[in-house]
Amino acid sequence: MKRAAVRAVAAHPVLTFVLVFAIFPFVVPYKALATQVLIYGLFALGFNLLYGYTGLLSFGHAAYWGLGAYGTGLALAKLKLASLWGALGAGLVLAGVAGVLIGFFCLRRRGIYFAMLSLAFAQLLYFIAFHLADVTGGDDGLRGIQVPPLRLPGLTVPLESSLAFYYFAFALVTLALLVLKRILDSPFGAVLQAIRENSDRAVACGYDIRKIKLLSFVFSALFCGLAGGLDALRLAVVPVESLYWTTSGQVVIMTLLGGAGTFFGPFVGATAFLVLEDRLSTFTESWPLFIGLIFMAFVLFLPKGIWGTLLARLRS
Amino acid sequence: MNRRHFLATSAAAAATVGFPAILKAQSKEPLRIGCPLPLTGPFAALAADMQRGAVLAADEVNAKGGVMGRKVEVLFRDDQLKPAIGAQRTKELIENERVQFVIGGLAAHVQMAINEQTKKSKVLYISTSQSDEISAKPDTSPLTFHEALNPTITSRVVGNWVAQNLGKKWWIIYADYAWGKQNNAVLTEVLKKNGGTLLGTTPYPLGSAEFSAHLPRIQAAKPEVLMNVAPGADNVALHKQVISYGMKKEMKIAQPLHWISYLKEGGPELYQDVYGGINWYWELQDQIPTAKKFVEASMKKYGMPPGDYGAYSYSAVLELARGAELAKSTDSDAVANALRKNPTYDHFKGKQWWRTCDNKSFQDMWIVRGRGPGQTKGDWGYLDIVAKVPASEEHDRTCAEKGFA
Amino acid sequence: MGGHFGAPHLITALTAQLFTGLVLGMIFVLLAIGLSLIFGLMTVVNFSHGSFYMLGAYLGFALVGYTKSFWLALIVAPLLVGLLGLGVERFLIRPLYGRSIDDPLLLTFGLSAVIIEVVRLTWGKIGLSLDPPQALGGAVNLGFGMFPAYRLFVIVVTALVLVGLWLFLERTNVGLVIRGGSRDPLMVRALGVDLRRIWLIVFGIGSALAGLAGILAGPMRSVYAEMGVTTVIESFVVVVVGGMGSLPGAIVAGLLIGQVVSVTTFFAPKLAEINVFLVMALVLLLRPSGLFGEAGLME
Repeated sequence: MKRAAVRAVAAHPVLTFVLVFAIFPFVVPYKALATQVLIYGLFALGFNLLYGYTGLLSFGHAAYWGLGAYGTGLALAKLKLASLWGALGAGLVLAGVAGVLIGFFCLRRRGIYFAMLSLAFAQLLYFIAFHLADVTGGDDGLRGIQVPPLRLPGLTVPLESSLAFYYFAFALVTLALLVLKRILDSPFGAVLQAIRENSDRAVACGYDIRKIKLLSFVFSALFCGLAGGLDALRLAVVPVESLYWTTSGQVVIMTLLGGAGTFFGPFVGATAFLVLEDRLSTFTESWPLFIGLIFMAFVLFLPKGIWGTLLARLRS
Repeated sequence: MNRRHFLATSAAAAATVGFPAILKAQSKEPLRIGCPLPLTGPFAALAADMQRGAVLAADEVNAKGGVMGRKVEVLFRDDQLKPAIGAQRTKELIENERVQFVIGGLAAHVQMAINEQTKKSKVLYISTSQSDEISAKPDTSPLTFHEALNPTITSRVVGNWVAQNLGKKWWIIYADYAWGKQNNAVLTEVLKKNGGTLLGTTPYPLGSAEFSAHLPRIQAAKPEVLMNVAPGADNVALHKQVISYGMKKEMKIAQPLHWISYLKEGGPELYQDVYGGINWYWELQDQIPTAKKFVEASMKKYGMPPGDYGAYSYSAVLELARGAELAKSTDSDAVANALRKNPTYDHFKGKQWWRTCDNKSFQDMWIVRGRGPGQTKGDWGYLDIVAKVPASEEHDRTCAEKGFA
Repeated sequence: MGGHFGAPHLITALTAQLFTGLVLGMIFVLLAIGLSLIFGLMTVVNFSHGSFYMLGAYLGFALVGYTKSFWLALIVAPLLVGLLGLGVERFLIRPLYGRSIDDPLLLTFGLSAVIIEVVRLTWGKIGLSLDPPQALGGAVNLGFGMFPAYRLFVIVVTALVLVGLWLFLERTNVGLVIRGGSRDPLMVRALGVDLRRIWLIVFGIGSALAGLAGILAGPMRSVYAEMGVTTVIESFVVVVVGGMGSLPGAIVAGLLIGQVVSVTTFFAPKLAEINVFLVMALVLLLRPSGLFGEAGLME
């Protein structure tokens, strides 16, 4: 019975996602938690494309999340754009361009060097944002972000209420998931996984893996940028920590908790981590101790992550 | 656990909007105040102090029968010193715990994020963090109140006193972020007004705690006063290094603020004869009768006196109680207006008042000086009270300067 | 507004700066050696390295309290941290060998959070003040100005430890295997050496060095539970610049980064933190295996 359920879920990932997350706000203790899970899940999803599917571990993914947030935030707060799509678009463009530039440099190296280089670039962006206080608000964060209403043909929906914003984000994340599914099911997606399994063999098969890796990097950056932009709307503030290495660390943890290289892993991981942190910190001040121990237990006993382990059991 | 679960399910059952009347009416439901603060991380000690102060205030109000017959409850959440988490916890407090009001934030950047959430949800917020921006446009709002001191007030008061009493040739070392830069700017301006000379300023990256690269040059410039505008652990590190270079014998040392937790951490050798400003120190009970009850309550419950951040949260909770009683309501707008209409208060340290344009609390400050080894009194008697600086609206920027017409 | 310097003033100021950078560099070296060896030999990214550094300072404080002797604490605290390192390797990291190379990274990340919280529960939320011994409390005139005696002591102690370490690596069998293992693990294993014993020792030594760095750094700054969190990132930078698995690399890079930070702080304080990452980015782009590293390692 459980097997059948897992199999069904794995076969229809986007549909399952829609069904689960349509009612998610009513399942978790409060709605704002659902929105947080949704957005960080998208962040982890983007990261997972590069790490879980292409096999490239980046320590600097906060860069695209942060740039997406700043792009959206600056468009609304400084440029006084009235359009929601325009603002999110600005965040996407910023994240995408960074993906191209940073990816170009980072991909010249592999393994741990790639990871450290990505960290270096993200930290550089952090310091720039920190010190360009007139533009970004510096360490106080970018404030003054007014969320415009959603304008569709014939309909204007204000996004003030928690629930309205949740379903708006939900619609966008579903779109993103559809795009991801397309990417992964395409020949391009197959090559990505080939690269993860055995990079040299992929080269031997005649693929231009440099270009493919860069494409994957940029897609990843775009997903993370969208997530960042949504978070800027959600918080009405862009903290400078969005670009700091601890944010990069968070998305790595969420992805690995859920299961890297799986479709749902990122969302499962984001849910587990955020709900756990939320509820634990309500009960005890020493929550880092428990989270740390739980985390260590996961690494030792459930290395494939929650969802990854379920899938592996299914296949065995 | 059970009560929270009950509240969550009953809240879900009642749906989110449409029942404010029921909530506002007199009921035995407790009056809930949310308080995000950095319970973990480098400022945990200051946050613990803030937590104790808030609890003491709630105890005091409840001993007198609560607010309109309702018990006051303060709910604390760890904001981890991160704005995104602070915002999330505020959302949780408002949506899940249905708090009527919010106080807190210790770090300036976190309080900004908290403020955005309380503004969005139209919940009254009394900030207990030190920031210049929170009480100015565009960040402030009719529902944003600021209980704590800010860099402008602190540095004008301390700067004036130091220039007139310790020396007019300064060197300022400051942390290169909002709080540090603001204090530096104000101190520079104040020194100039007093006809002094600024020999040099040295910004340093927050958290780096390595000052030895700068000290020989500062020593060579021979300032009369060294201004230590470093927060937290950096403050302790700077004093250590200044002493190790023998500079303490050569110049006076001052800082905009003293924090009782760092006085304890650094100890009397480090802080001997260091001058600074403070909003509250427990030995004030010798001079102010109302302070006695605050200190005694804290000693009885916690075995330690209340500190500077505890004083802010104590005051904030008492003000929310007072405002709700005046307005006979827990509606945020009503309470905010009540506080503005009756702005004067005096809970434990003398007269304080809210300025109408920016909801800024004005309060007395004291110049204090660290006691040396052998001169401290008991576990917490680290400071000598040197002078009192009575509250004045001249200490802060004018309403116009803050963006109000 | 930094004051006006003539040439002789500049020289004395720069010399003071060089000495300051040397002290900074020595702390970096102690941290980097452990991290580099652990990286190079075991391909383990040890995120809890910073918390071992912090433990060195806290245990040092506790020992000074018990024994009233800084000298005793200086010897015992690193040993205790080293013992903890042995335990961590044996029971937490060894089970992870043969799995994804990210697993030890994640585990040590969680371990770091646990150690910080345990320290906070044990010693409280208020930081501690670790004082240098009375004999080293003053300042010494080095010709270019006064320099704290304790900082000179740090330079001397670190130099002695490095010499001891060099002797250990060059003159003992275990040292030989460590050096060989960091250059060519497969060959060493083929020669029948039980690498697991070696890894245990390396982790223990690396942790002890981190603890030593902590107790040495403690009197110069403030001791608090999070003091290792930023330090660990800086240590990674040093290791990358020096070349992973390379001992001379860790030393040269540690000293170099110490000077970079010190000199940048002097001329352009705002850039001091970015500079470190800039240097790392440049090294990675121009000479990815670091100044002394072997190409192909860790790819």
